[in-house]
Amino acid sequence: MAKKKKTKKTVKKKTSSVKTKDKGIKTAREKMIGQHIGYRYDVNLLPDYTRITPFLQKYIEHMGWDDLNWLEDVHMGYEDGKPAVFDRNINGWVTTPPNLKLPKDQQDRDMIARELLIKFQMSSNHPLVTLKKAYKKN
Amino acid sequence: MASIKGHKSSEMGLHEEVLTGRTQQVFFNPEESENFFYHDAYDVDFNKRTEIDAKDIECLDINRKIKELMSQGYGTIVIKNPGSKHSIGVGILNKLNLIVEGSLGYFGIGSVDGPNVRISGRVGWSCAENMMAGKVVVEKNAGSCFGAAIRGGDLICKGSVGARSGIDMKGGTIIVGGDAGAFTGFMMQRGRIVILGDVGPNLADSLYDGTIFVGGNIKSLGADAVEAEMTDLDVDWLKRKLKVAEIDKKVDFKKMTKIVSGKKLWNYDNLEPSERKGAI
Repeated sequence: MAKKKKTKKTVKKKTSSVKTKDKGIKTAREKMIGQHIGYRYDVNLLPDYTRITPFLQKYIEHMGWDDLNWLEDVHMGYEDGKPAVFDRNINGWVTTPPNLKLPKDQQDRDMIARELLIKFQMSSNHPLVTLKKAYKKN
Repeated sequence: MASIKGHKSSEMGLHEEVLTGRTQQVFFNPEESENFFYHDAYDVDFNKRTEIDAKDIECLDINRKIKELMSQGYGTIVIKNPGSKHSIGVGILNKLNLIVEGSLGYFGIGSVDGPNVRISGRVGWSCAENMMAGKVVVEKNAGSCFGAAIRGGDLICKGSVGARSGIDMKGGTIIVGGDAGAFTGFMMQRGRIVILGDVGPNLADSLYDGTIFVGGNIKSLGADAVEAEMTDLDVDWLKRKLKVAEIDKKVDFKKMTKIVSGKKLWNYDNLEPSERKGAI
């Protein structure tokens, strides 16, 4: 009987530490599932094209597009308290390098997020490269 | 946390399986050299042009032919006599100028990531379904489920579209020069829809997030769709986007109706029973 009580206590401690990690978890439903519901940044924010970076301009020209195209939906969010950008190809967050200083304005932050995501997706270190090597049909 | 060492996925940097959320790691190196290609994409030249006569070719072979031509460096491909065949131009994960001289059947230009496509005729159901990036322009009308579940890119129909356009869309922009049918933007989660004409009943029903701009009349709004105020950023963006869409129509952008999510349905668990009835 005494052993059973001990295990119960340790389980409770673990759950409470998880809860304190994400301050965005507020509602009863979020507490129950241990995850945040909904987006944690403004996904509807339209890009301000006056803030576009030379790298992004070059990418647009390379692809033959007139504007940011799919990158209009890319924003600098955060995951686990760190600035991060969501990569739909790996269905996960890519955190920014720790020494990267981010501007305060969200429009400028979003442009950096777009640049970061392209560099990450086109990199030979991208997880899909390894995934394709392992599983691609011939 | 379960260890996955020794498994193929370990090589990808996934060393532990986090059961409570998404795995995240820093892969990004700011010193990474400038590269605009996916690692296995073809280096094509827009000035290198060729044609495919699709009259007596099955759709699978047409798609194989497109891939083969891209591997040879062709950056502009014209498809002649498409004959409204289904599933033409699907799965193009490359930059490319694809010109279709005629009409397409069901599921044309689906799951693409990057190409610029121009279709001179009409398209059937679910054109550009699951599109990730690129630009698709349809010169005439489109069937139902136009841009179903698109994730990104610009999808333009200069004519009118059927019902359920932008159903389940998770990003990108859909622009319709004419009218749109019932349930436009049904269960939309993200992205933007612009309709310059009228819209049928239940616009943006069960809208999770995203924005819809309507120039004409709205027959009725769906559950949880609400009107919002147009901002200067909205107007600037609309002006720019219609130029991209090559739609020459005089539009008073400030008079357009902007529809967003009331965000009641996705906070369903917080609602009192009486409020739930109202939301539905």
